[in-house]
Order: sequence, then C-alpha cells, then structure tokens
Amino acid sequence: MILFQLFYTFLIIGLFTFGGGYSMIALIQDQVVVQHQWLSAAEFADIVAISQVTPGPVGINTATYAGYSAVVAAGLPTPLAVLGALIASFAVLLLPLSLILLVGRWLLARKDQPPFSRLFPILRLTVVGLIAAAALQLAPAAFAAASGPTLSLSGPTLSLFGSQLSLVSLLIFLVVFTLSIIPRKHFHIASLNLQFLKSPIILILLSALAGLLIY
Amino acid sequence: MVKYCDLFITFFKIGTFTIGGGYAMIPLIQREVVDRHHWMSDTDMLDAIALSQTMPGILAANIAAIVGQRLRGLRGAAVAVAANILMPILFILLIAILFRHFKDIPAVQHIFLALRPAVVALIAAPVFFLARKAGISWRNCWIPILSALLIWLLGLSPVLVILSAIALGLLYSKFAVKR
Repeated sequence: MILFQLFYTFLIIGLFTFGGGYSMIALIQDQVVVQHQWLSAAEFADIVAISQVTPGPVGINTATYAGYSAVVAAGLPTPLAVLGALIASFAVLLLPLSLILLVGRWLLARKDQPPFSRLFPILRLTVVGLIAAAALQLAPAAFAAASGPTLSLSGPTLSLFGSQLSLVSLLIFLVVFTLSIIPRKHFHIASLNLQFLKSPIILILLSALAGLLIY
Repeated sequence: MVKYCDLFITFFKIGTFTIGGGYAMIPLIQREVVDRHHWMSDTDMLDAIALSQTMPGILAANIAAIVGQRLRGLRGAAVAVAANILMPILFILLIAILFRHFKDIPAVQHIFLALRPAVVALIAAPVFFLARKAGISWRNCWIPILSALLIWLLGLSPVLVILSAIALGLLYSKFAVKR
C-alpha cells in the first residue's frame, strides 16, 4: 500500500537530510522521482516552485506536496491523498526531531571534538555534491522543448545530446542562476538597493510572468 | 513557567509569516524568542541554531523543537513544532487540491514551462555558496564532485552516498587521531 511506502520513504528522507532545505529537495527527488517513479521530473519541479513561494520551510512544503501528489498519481481519491500528505510531513520530521530531543544536548558538547569535528565537514561537502546532482537530474525535463497540442509554441530550440532544448528555458535558467550567485554587495546600483532580485520568491514570480508573456 | 498557549502563538506566527524556508526564519525566531520573550539567552539560541544545522532534518523544525523542549519539555517541543508547521501544511494542501483543477489551463502550463528552468537554477546556485561555506579547497573538492557524479551518472542513491561519507569520515577520524 502506497501510504506505508510513503511513511517509510519519508522516514529515510528525514534521517538523511543534512544541511537544510535544498538537501531535502535532492533526497525527495531521488526517492519520489528516480527510485519509486511516483512523479515525473517536470511534475516534481512544479512542486518545488510552488513550495518556494508558500509560507513555511521549503523542505516540509515539498514533502507535504510530494506526498499528496504521489497518492493522486496512484489513482486514489483526494481524502487519501490528504492523508498521504500528512503522513509524509509527519514521517519526514519524526527521526530528526527524536534525535535532536534525545541526543541534542549530548552532541552539542561534543560536536567540535573528534569524531564529529572530522565527520561533519565531510558530510557538508558530500551534501554539496548531492544538491548538484539533483539540479543535473532535473535539467533535461526542465529544458526540454514543449510538445503536445496546447504547447506547440516553445520558441526556437537547440539540439544538444540528441534532445530538443528550448532556448527560452536556457535563457531563464541563465538569468535566474546569475542573479542568484552574484554577491549581495553588487546589488547596490546608484544608491538603489536591488537585493530583492536575489530572493527565490521574487525570481519565481518574475519567471512566472516571463512564462505568461513569452509563450 | 511559559504557557503552552504563548509558545504556540509565537511559533505559529513564525511559521505563518516566513516565506522562503529555514534561513529566512532564523532572524524571526531570534527576535521572538530572545529579544521579545527572553525565553533563551543569545548564546543559547546560537547554540541551538548551530546544533540544528549540524543534525539531520528541517532547520526551522529542529530549532522549534529545541526551544520548546527547553521551556516545557517534550510536550513543549511538540507544541512548538506543530505550531510552526500548521499553517504551511494547510496552505500547501489547499494549493495542492486546487492546483489539480487548474493545471490544464494553457496559461498555467506556460507559467510552469518557465518555472522549471528557474527551479533548476535555484537548486544549482546554492551549490557554490554551500561549497564555500563547507570550506572547499583543491584537496577536498573531490568529495562533492565524486558524490555528484556517482548519483548523476551511475544512478547511486544519495542515501548510500551519505552513508559511505559517514563511514569514510569515521574511518578517517580514527586514522587521523592515531597518527
């Protein structure tokens, strides 16, 4: 039954999320898209986009939404999907919170001594690779030129590695990526503070507007 | 003794009014818990944040659990975490239910066609910031590169990669201590 699978899957995701929301997105993507194939990469990207612009931690939003969508994709009715969403968000919190409540104080005193002082820097570096892999895995679906009757207009395309990529998508990627990685201090232009352009929420909303205008 | 009700209202407010995840929540938690209610000292709060970043899980929920536990034990932790995630979960559920009925409208499909590459960029961008924060250098850059390639090209599960990193880290620690 998918509800049990959801519980177990998100239990594992919670336990292995080191280093914040993006690392949880990487793990949810691996489990929900790659391993269990409950959702397509494109559907998952949509869920992440919505989770960025609604209140609350991105990790818990994505877990809740992915849990809901996985049950819907299995062909079960809405009430069960709501239950699936609640199970996913409960499961993802269960092990980390138990750990922090049980051994938090003990670890706080020891986290700067071996073996933890050597373990945690390695984990932080590993997580960087995890997030990079998540972006690489999502890219093909995100850049693919649209097809189908309603979406025949995706503008000029580029053939790369045997697939048709949308140039508009590549352009949106480059703009959002550049704005995100330029250091904050370069956003003060002629006494104007343009730092809001770095906020994921603003970038998502601007991309949505671009989608409406371009396509 | 702090009332459950105050704990609930404070974390409910923090959860409901922050968009953009854990890092956006930290300043708000500090302001409410340290400056406004004086439930914890500034140092204790910084310890709680550091511990929450070190341990697995969702940053904001971890901090809420530590603050709640400090004030009212296990029940306090449960109240703080529940209050923190209540509105976000209800909100995203509402959107999930409604979105199913809108997703076939052409305009909505156009929006999401543009959002997908933006999401890839938002996931890719913190890679560089996080790499710097993790103290990347020529000597250790093989760790993130190898783990990314193992997952991306060989299809290894990130869970397995993290488990291997923990095992290697413990071995390295043991070896380095003996030397």
